[in-house]
Amino acid sequence: MGGKTLYDKLWDAHVVRDNGDGTALLYVDRQLVHEVTSPQAFEGLRLADRPLWRVDANLAVVDHNVPTTGRANGIADPISALQVDTLSRNCREYGITQFGLMDRRQGIVHIIGPEQGATQPGMTVVCGDSHTSTHGALGALAFGIGTSEVEHALATQTVVQARSRRMLIRVDGQPGPGVTAKDIMLAIIGKIGTAGGTGYAVEYGGEAIRSLPMSGRMTICNMSIEAGARCGMVAVDDTTIEYVRGRPYAPSDAMWDQAEAYWRTLVSDEDAEFDRVVTLDAAEIKPQVSWGTSPEMVVSVDGVVPDPADEPDETRRAGMQRALEYMGLTPGTPMRDIRPEKIFIGSCTNARIEDLRAAARILRGKRLARGIREAMVVPGSGLVKWQAEQEGLDQVFKEAGFEWRDAGCSMCLGMNPDRLSPGERCASTSNRNFEGRQGGGGRTHLVSPEMAAAVAVAGHFVDVRELEQ
Amino acid sequence: MEPLTRVEGVVAPLDRSNVDTDAIIPKQFLKSIHRTGFGPNLFDEWRYRDEGQPGQDCSDRPLNHDFVLNQPRYQDARILLTRTNFGCGSSREHAPWALADFGFRVLIAPSFADIFYNNCSKNGILPLTLPEETVQSLFEATWEQPGYTLTVDLPAQTVTTPDGTRYGFEIDPHRKHMLVEGLDEIGVTLEHADEIRAYEQRQRAVTPWLFSDVEAS
Repeated sequence: MGGKTLYDKLWDAHVVRDNGDGTALLYVDRQLVHEVTSPQAFEGLRLADRPLWRVDANLAVVDHNVPTTGRANGIADPISALQVDTLSRNCREYGITQFGLMDRRQGIVHIIGPEQGATQPGMTVVCGDSHTSTHGALGALAFGIGTSEVEHALATQTVVQARSRRMLIRVDGQPGPGVTAKDIMLAIIGKIGTAGGTGYAVEYGGEAIRSLPMSGRMTICNMSIEAGARCGMVAVDDTTIEYVRGRPYAPSDAMWDQAEAYWRTLVSDEDAEFDRVVTLDAAEIKPQVSWGTSPEMVVSVDGVVPDPADEPDETRRAGMQRALEYMGLTPGTPMRDIRPEKIFIGSCTNARIEDLRAAARILRGKRLARGIREAMVVPGSGLVKWQAEQEGLDQVFKEAGFEWRDAGCSMCLGMNPDRLSPGERCASTSNRNFEGRQGGGGRTHLVSPEMAAAVAVAGHFVDVRELEQ
Repeated sequence: MEPLTRVEGVVAPLDRSNVDTDAIIPKQFLKSIHRTGFGPNLFDEWRYRDEGQPGQDCSDRPLNHDFVLNQPRYQDARILLTRTNFGCGSSREHAPWALADFGFRVLIAPSFADIFYNNCSKNGILPLTLPEETVQSLFEATWEQPGYTLTVDLPAQTVTTPDGTRYGFEIDPHRKHMLVEGLDEIGVTLEHADEIRAYEQRQRAVTPWLFSDVEAS
């Protein structure tokens, strides 16, 4: 019998009961709640007259629907306002801690969980949002759930789950300068495809992953779902432990020592076996840009828009043709010749302080290129925004011509007023380039914060490494 | 939840792979705090020529007549036939709510995204996987024969074509049981409340820091 993977350890530690039909009741240590996927769950509890199982396991925040400017005036859209108010009302009724619109800790749910120490190594973390995989960077079992499961977790502190197969994605060696966690992840998705991880729990390992700070590991785990995997994770090491230490919700004193000792066991055993192993060489990865309407439609910045004629599979070829039509692109066009009009730096993928520092480093002393009509930075949380202002990053962005906004999901999905107009092309640090994702008819190119900053300055896609020379 | 055993219905062919949940129900409709009423906005950006708004009356909006669900022959479809990785992206359960509200009870594809697959079966929709070659032949039959119907028998785990060809499909026993009986999963879980409490009691000793009350700092 071989050793256990990290996933197996986390799974085994949380099984309440084996249902005997291929599923298990899995205990939930932390549920994060936001305004969009929770109202119907609370309504369900009320209709069935069921209490909340455990108040202190829940933490709520508003993020998807909130404006990123003029917040003191409230929310102009009455339907958004009702949804935000409904979360507040539900949290009051059930006694759940909520970071409201004007709380400086408010921010994107997947930024504030780790930032507060509310998500920790060894936890099971669920949230009605597919990017819950982010928290796996801490060595947690974290996955997105639907609203019925949100209600199930509120009522029972468990979710019904089938065990996943295990995949190891190992990124060997070190990436070159200017190649970020985002580029590594886009390259992974380009390699295995948007359904490559379906049915798998993914562990990311290898030298390139181990060398990443927590922010980069979160970027990687965040986009696991774009590779089809519900959860992604990274084994606990010193980087993890030092990140969690001292955060508001983290254990302290003697409890800390006990927790740390346990957390250090959260690594895959040397002889653990995975159902699938994928390897990449970090040195071969270049800055990435997506060209189509699925995150797997990605190329290196020095590449060209691919030609559907080269794709043998008929359904895939049709998908490529539709994507090119939607994106307004011609096969063979160098990525460098594509000129976005908007820049979005933000989202649960890339709105941590490290992301803002990286973008600001490129922008310092420079101005938006002609042709860039709008550029915005939306920090991941009020605390990230505050930290950036302490470091003067807000000035760098503003002097370059960027708008400096308040925290929220913003133009990653355009539920609030921040969105693309039909035909507008955007270099975005977010996670999805689906049709209409950032606004009906909008055209999204996924990039790293450094690459977004480079486009802002150059006016077209450019290898960030050239700007840094 | 309404039990799902046998569904006989018209098949609508949606010939795209990687259909994401943003396409199934665009973001602006996620502002609703209800579970119902999403049907008119199913595939909104593909179905209409204008941009839909929540709460809008869709009956006089300009239709995109090229979109498959707008063709008269598929108006009463109860089975959606589609391609690989259907339902990828966001975890929004509004996607199955919209599909159910439109009238779909069965989805047939070579594969589905994980979260979407789970969400469907909690809303009385059967997501059913068949091999790509079978799906391809069903597409061809649907295109060629107006009013093409299939009969799906969940207890028997079969799909039967009008000419009597029968395909078996796999489904995990838990999901099948919940769908066939139309069970309330929370009610079923709460029958094991004692086991949940016993787990908590055990874990308090092993990972006590997970059980100290969360205080807002």
